[in-house]
Amino acid sequence: MLDYVTSYLRSNTTPGQAGNLLWAFIYIILIFLGLSVAVIAMNWLERKILAHMQVRLGPMRVGPHGLLQPIADAIKLLIKEDIMPAEADKSVFWIAPVLIVITAFTTFIVVPFGPTHAVTDMNIGVLFMLGVSSLSVLGVVMAGWASNSHYPLIGALRSSAQMVSYEIAMGLAVVAAVLMTSLHGIGLYGVAHGAVGDGTLSMIDIVKAQQDQHAWFIFKFFPLGLIAFFIFAVAMIAETNRAPFDLPEAESELTAGFHTEYSGFRWSLFFLAEYSAMIAVSSIAVTLWLGGWLRPFPTWLTGETWDLVFSLFPAATFLLLALIALVGTLRMPKHPYFRVQTLGLAGFAAVLALIGILLLLPPVRDRIQDIYWFSLKVAGFMYLYIWYRGTFPRYRFDQLMRVGWKVLLPVGLGVLILTAIVGVLL
Amino acid sequence: MSDPSTNISHLELGDRNETFLDSNELVINMGPQHPATHGVLRVILKLDGEKVLGTECVIGYLHRGVEKIAENRTYAMFNPYVDRMDYVAAVSNGLGYCEAVEKLLNVQAPPRANYIRVILTELNRLASHMLWLGTHALDIGAITPLFYTFRDREEILKIFEKYCGARLTTHAFRIGGCLYETYDGFEKDVTNFLDFVTPKIDEYEELLTTNRIWVERTKNVGKISGKECIALGVTGPVLRASGVRWDVRKAQPYAAYSDFDFEIPIGQNGDTYDRYLVRMAEMRQSLHIIRQAVGKIPEGPIMAKVPKVIKPPVGEIYHSIEAPKGELGYFIVSDGSTQPYRLRVRPPSFVNLQALDMMVRGQLVADVVAVIGTLDIVLGEVDR
Amino acid sequence: MPDENKPTPPTPSDGDNKPTTGKPAGSVQPSPPPEGAASASAAKPATPAGTPAKTAGDHAPAAPAKPTGPATIPWDSPMVATLKRQFGSGISEASTYLGQNYMVVDRSLIPEILQVLRDQEQFDYCVDITAVHYLTREKPFDVIWILYSFARNERILVKTLISDGEALPSSVPIWPTTNWLEREVYDMFGIAFEGHPDLKRILLPEGWKGHPLRKDYGIIQQDNEWVQANLGIESGQ
Repeated sequence: MLDYVTSYLRSNTTPGQAGNLLWAFIYIILIFLGLSVAVIAMNWLERKILAHMQVRLGPMRVGPHGLLQPIADAIKLLIKEDIMPAEADKSVFWIAPVLIVITAFTTFIVVPFGPTHAVTDMNIGVLFMLGVSSLSVLGVVMAGWASNSHYPLIGALRSSAQMVSYEIAMGLAVVAAVLMTSLHGIGLYGVAHGAVGDGTLSMIDIVKAQQDQHAWFIFKFFPLGLIAFFIFAVAMIAETNRAPFDLPEAESELTAGFHTEYSGFRWSLFFLAEYSAMIAVSSIAVTLWLGGWLRPFPTWLTGETWDLVFSLFPAATFLLLALIALVGTLRMPKHPYFRVQTLGLAGFAAVLALIGILLLLPPVRDRIQDIYWFSLKVAGFMYLYIWYRGTFPRYRFDQLMRVGWKVLLPVGLGVLILTAIVGVLL
Repeated sequence: MSDPSTNISHLELGDRNETFLDSNELVINMGPQHPATHGVLRVILKLDGEKVLGTECVIGYLHRGVEKIAENRTYAMFNPYVDRMDYVAAVSNGLGYCEAVEKLLNVQAPPRANYIRVILTELNRLASHMLWLGTHALDIGAITPLFYTFRDREEILKIFEKYCGARLTTHAFRIGGCLYETYDGFEKDVTNFLDFVTPKIDEYEELLTTNRIWVERTKNVGKISGKECIALGVTGPVLRASGVRWDVRKAQPYAAYSDFDFEIPIGQNGDTYDRYLVRMAEMRQSLHIIRQAVGKIPEGPIMAKVPKVIKPPVGEIYHSIEAPKGELGYFIVSDGSTQPYRLRVRPPSFVNLQALDMMVRGQLVADVVAVIGTLDIVLGEVDR
Repeated sequence: MPDENKPTPPTPSDGDNKPTTGKPAGSVQPSPPPEGAASASAAKPATPAGTPAKTAGDHAPAAPAKPTGPATIPWDSPMVATLKRQFGSGISEASTYLGQNYMVVDRSLIPEILQVLRDQEQFDYCVDITAVHYLTREKPFDVIWILYSFARNERILVKTLISDGEALPSSVPIWPTTNWLEREVYDMFGIAFEGHPDLKRILLPEGWKGHPLRKDYGIIQQDNEWVQANLGIESGQ
């Protein structure tokens, strides 16, 4: 038994590839937990960041600086009355949120947090991700239909039209990136080293291709990689129904879009799925264009010292967070009323510092690096999501369609063709 | 009581083409509880997909019978009630009412009172336009401007609070002038506010004026020509954005407006974007007026000689002012007693709202929200 | 300030619209009016005695025409002359009160004169339509059109008298804005407008009984009815 457990630790493949069910299961649990924590953190961060962009404070009451607010919200949602409209199609109404959550989480099976840190690696990884994530539109349509109400119905129709049309642009951008795994060009873009003319759809191999070619695909065949990345970045926002493409749930028009009739736990499933989907598409973007788990400047800043410096980043991040929490603790009002909160924040700072110190240990340090860089890049995308929401008005439906079909689609096609031409001829 | 929701049958649809493939149109109910109808407006929409075939407004959810109340209150007692109509521009309402009664009494408010009235009314116009901007942007999906405008509107409300103790429904003026003298440092507060808010208006414009999505969402949306505006009785910024240079402050000056130099901003296209630009320009003009007024508030009494018991002679009068939403008129019939025999309010929001149907026909659902926002209605005034 | 001679006892001379200050007949709101009347009459003897003396002391010269309110003076303008030529005695009065021009026209002229005012005299903006109820008069309703001309920067009131139950022709074909305004007049006074595209209540719900701005409308009675019907108790009013 112990052998079975430890044998995997020495392998350098994913549990799926190693055929190690136990570790696959452990990974799944870890990802599930990590994702839930990420969604909770994202909830808090979005409210805080958005609030600070909007000259207000955001949650401040539950816990120090509102840190416990997401938990309070989660409890509230769980114990809320579960309302199902009398006219609703019961079974479909019940299945819809479950379906959406399942699709949102299933995609994470192939997300590579590191060369070995994925549940499994499929040779059609990208295709699998796109396929599964686009199933969520089914859940949205089911939710809108089953509610048997006008606003959800319109929201669902908008959503399906939007997701289907942006998927095409998204797919073209992805194909361009996949082409880059096998095409190097011959002179102009001169990526002579690295080998292989083999293309791949495997998420891990795509990152490895970037490693071999010494170029993240966003910089490859400049500016083609950049354009493809941009198309994907726009399409993924539309795909996840976030501002400025949040028409399916346009609050001012459709009250809440397809989930208008949902409440309590069912609604929280939609919420969970939305944020998981955001993380999932960001993961695709990071994997395809931003070098996945690779640290920045792997070719310029090489050598022992730089490796050491970059390996200290995770610890430094947590120590920085601990420092921020500490400053927050010191700035807490001295009134006795705030004693519990001050203590709580101090405890939080201590936990962060502890994690930081833990990450300084060499064995942990080496293992955690890839996950850290991957998460950091994804976090960057999450910040962008929040930033967009604070900045942009909402597109109208016809304008959204126009952007999708008349701008992104032709440009995506052009990028794809040019990538092929450049890769083969130049 | 018959249920109004069953009465959608007489929603007249104009000339509707047969829809393709025999698809049915959808009747949806926007409001009375809806995030974008600015209160309790209920709009019944007939849709073909996302396209609006026709609308019908159902109003009256906030009807309080203000005109009936007036008949049972003395002139002075009724004064606070008018603040509750357009509660975001309560000072303007009060000004209109006080001036109408003064006209009926044939009294003139002293110049000092008139200057104070102009300053407070223009501040209130700013506050009203700020609230409009925030909510309008929110309707179109930009959530941030709302908080910026509320932050700056707060400064105006603070001045009101220091002046008369109330922030929203101020009851700032009395028949015959003002009850309160300006507090110490009033001029300084106002001047500071002007310096504070001028860059803020640039900030709003930076966020929106050249924002591609904003421009696309508002250009050519809810177009209405100057002719149509006049035919529909639409006044205020909506009329001016359609190219008609008309403002009661200029056309028939009241209070002290004839003393000040200001422009009437107008637009050309009469679309939502032009209305946005006109209101932004109006905010700057208001600042300009306040700056002129606050520098030269004349000395003197703030109250004309008005008898304790106000009993206007028999007669009837119509008086109107330029409220932030358009022409706000009061028609008062006096029978010589202490109470108005009949008091009629000509509410700009009510009349402007009538244009909604014309403006959104053939456009998309999202435009309905944009147009409701751009009409700048306050349901308290629509329903009275 | 020469004009503080105001609220002297209103002389009932102004025959035209001397309303009955009489109370809504069957209504249950007797308390406010008598009280108002009482206080008014109480105040009247006191104030005239005091006030004129004071003001006379302050501004001796500026106390002209004391007992009446501002006078109604005839309204002379080319427009009135033209209209009078055209409609003859249909225009029974054209006057100015405190700078406010108004004309009283016969009910039979109603669609035409409004049309003429819009087309020939450029009154292209109908500000408002409203009505006033005089309970005891033979023709109890004044209906008033407030018109404005952008070209002339002039505002006039056109008034006509109608009896209860009489319908007026709708002016929606002349000014589309009157659509809702007429609905409101209908809602509040029960004056019907013939040819209106969609004449129904606007501010009050469909099932409402009565027309609240009529002087004989009883608020408390309405309240009682509603409370009894919906809550099954006596109204506390």
